[in-house]
Amino acid sequence: MSVIYIFSYFVLFFVVLSIIGLFASWIDRKLTARIQWRVGPPWYQNFADIIKLSGKEVLIPENANKFMFIFSPILAVISSTICGSIIFLVLKERFGFGGDLILLVYLLTIPSLSIILGGSSSGNVLASVGISRELKLLLSYELPFICGIIIPAIKSGSTTSLIEIIKHQQIYGSNIFSLSGIIGFIIILISSCGKIGVVPFDLAEAETEIAGGSLIEYSGILLGFYKLAKSILFVVVPLFIVILYLGGSAINSFSGFLIFVVKYLIVLILITLIRNTNPRLRIDQILRFFWGWLTLIGILGILLTLSGV
Amino acid sequence: MANNKKVIVPIGPYHPLLEEPEYFQLYCDGEEVVDVEWIAGYNHRGIEKLSESKHYDQVTFLVERICGICSTSHPIAYCNAVEDLCGIEIPERAKYIRSVIGELERLHSHLLWVGLAGHFLGYNTVFMWAWKYREPILDMFEMITGNRNHYAMLRIGGVRRDIEDEDVPILKKTLSEVKGKIEMLTEAVLDDPVLAARLKGVGILKKEDIKNYGAIGPVARASGVDIDVRRDDPYAAYNLVEWKVITTENGDVFDKAVVRLLECFESIKIIEQCLDAIYHKKGEIWKEVREIPEGEGIGHHEAPRGEVFHYVRSDGNTTSPVRHKIRAPSYVNIPTFKASCIGETISDVCIILAGVDPCYCCTERIAVYDNDKKKKNYSFKDIVKKSIEKTKKIKEEIGKEGKLWKGLL
Repeated sequence: MSVIYIFSYFVLFFVVLSIIGLFASWIDRKLTARIQWRVGPPWYQNFADIIKLSGKEVLIPENANKFMFIFSPILAVISSTICGSIIFLVLKERFGFGGDLILLVYLLTIPSLSIILGGSSSGNVLASVGISRELKLLLSYELPFICGIIIPAIKSGSTTSLIEIIKHQQIYGSNIFSLSGIIGFIIILISSCGKIGVVPFDLAEAETEIAGGSLIEYSGILLGFYKLAKSILFVVVPLFIVILYLGGSAINSFSGFLIFVVKYLIVLILITLIRNTNPRLRIDQILRFFWGWLTLIGILGILLTLSGV
Repeated sequence: MANNKKVIVPIGPYHPLLEEPEYFQLYCDGEEVVDVEWIAGYNHRGIEKLSESKHYDQVTFLVERICGICSTSHPIAYCNAVEDLCGIEIPERAKYIRSVIGELERLHSHLLWVGLAGHFLGYNTVFMWAWKYREPILDMFEMITGNRNHYAMLRIGGVRRDIEDEDVPILKKTLSEVKGKIEMLTEAVLDDPVLAARLKGVGILKKEDIKNYGAIGPVARASGVDIDVRRDDPYAAYNLVEWKVITTENGDVFDKAVVRLLECFESIKIIEQCLDAIYHKKGEIWKEVREIPEGEGIGHHEAPRGEVFHYVRSDGNTTSPVRHKIRAPSYVNIPTFKASCIGETISDVCIILAGVDPCYCCTERIAVYDNDKKKKNYSFKDIVKKSIEKTKKIKEEIGKEGKLWKGLL
């Protein structure tokens, strides 16, 4: 494959994922609005936001590290796009390799890391508070998140290949239909709220406390990139959960595709419901919650999986 | 970095936490707040001075503009002060109508706070629901007064508009609907385990703190200090109806929410009784006041945030007050952050600062600015020092002369 071919493939994925992601964010916003008795934005609102942001002036603070300041949001978009492309290739083309599960776990931390990089290079006090929170958040949710990934991996015959997990579920039924499956699903759902960075775990941005936190100095298209990365995570993370727990369906047939979309929407709506029925937690409470209860339950889930329940 | 060098996290002068310009400097050690400094004076409009150039009747509407949320508290306190100066008693029907307006305002203000507190915690569903339930109350205001805010109901000697008999059943029906909704909201907020985890034990103000800082209103009542001007020094119709003062013991942000939510039900009780009285008893709604004699008057009103205090002095010759002093509740409530915020995390400090329901436009009565040096002449500390000095000076003067003050003591 030539470089141009790979590049054009990447751009194609970027565009497709952005469109789906912005649409998913719209579903989230609209549903939130309906829960809160508001009308909510029209379907093109997120697209309009990004277009407007791309037309705005990009301000770079004087005491910022300019290269990192510009590079970090691009890194966030690139990493989340690669995550998305791996998942799409697995779903559509049945193209995968042993260990792509582990690769995805690594790649999914990069958007958070790029927020930390961008925040720390912007040289703002509030951003520094934000990145310290993001760092603690990253450390705290990663442990139960991995617990939630290990459970289906063991269930599907101790594999680290997404395709194997999908195939196993097509034969033996979805991973969620067992006690350990339900435990794992709940754990990964809650920790993925932290991964996407929505309430109750949005304290790295926490508008009413630190006024945007790590993103406070960002403006224009650079802010737009962060928003895009977050929107793409709104696609990638629920899809990841669908693959791991709700059974990879035959996406190639129309009915299979429809069922698949419904499964994705269920996970997305669950995340939206969690974020609308909870206040923002403090960082020490989050650490205690993730490393305490959730990890314990996760380990219990792994033990249950190993004993075949 | 040196160990004693702390990071300053600014909350303000413009910040999503504060609806108005105000500046809190949080000295932080990591997430922990080790010291807080308050810089005020962004919102000073010189209302006291302005009222010295207005007619007595105009001042009623001027003080209404001090604050948009508790906009009838200041007129009630001002009218009480002028009526105290003149030594007149207002008609009973006017008393009931004043109480209705005052309590409706408490209802909408408390719901507004509950919503905002939810927003500050990132719980936007509570924010939207509380404000949705507040809407019928504003409709009731529109029905009674013609305005959703800035009701312009008060005048010296009574009220400007009557509540019509045919409106009373509609008002009572709306009120009972609102009551059901607030009950639902109260249960939802008080039973939420995550909210309890965020609010319980946060920003505790002990009884001694309340007394040291002189805090009033729901802030004091949440710490178990049983003060309420409506009961302690009754005005309007508060001694004619049945109600009780709500107090709780813990003094944390959760208890402040409890006090405010439960006060809503007491307000509803008062309004219902007042509406009954208005329906059954006819009479005048205001008394003609021809001239303001020489002297001074004091009036207060239990605003949603605490006691608002007005002092008016007249020399008997001019048509405007010689001196008009206003003290709003937030002025004493906000400085309690020194007792409640230090040692907490940034997340908690935000909700503690919002927990006293601060109203900065009410508070800011003074700002001294040096135009040449482009800086403020007095910090908060300097102003406190100056006021202590002045009180001392006045105390000494009272010993020697001072006719007006003798009457008070």
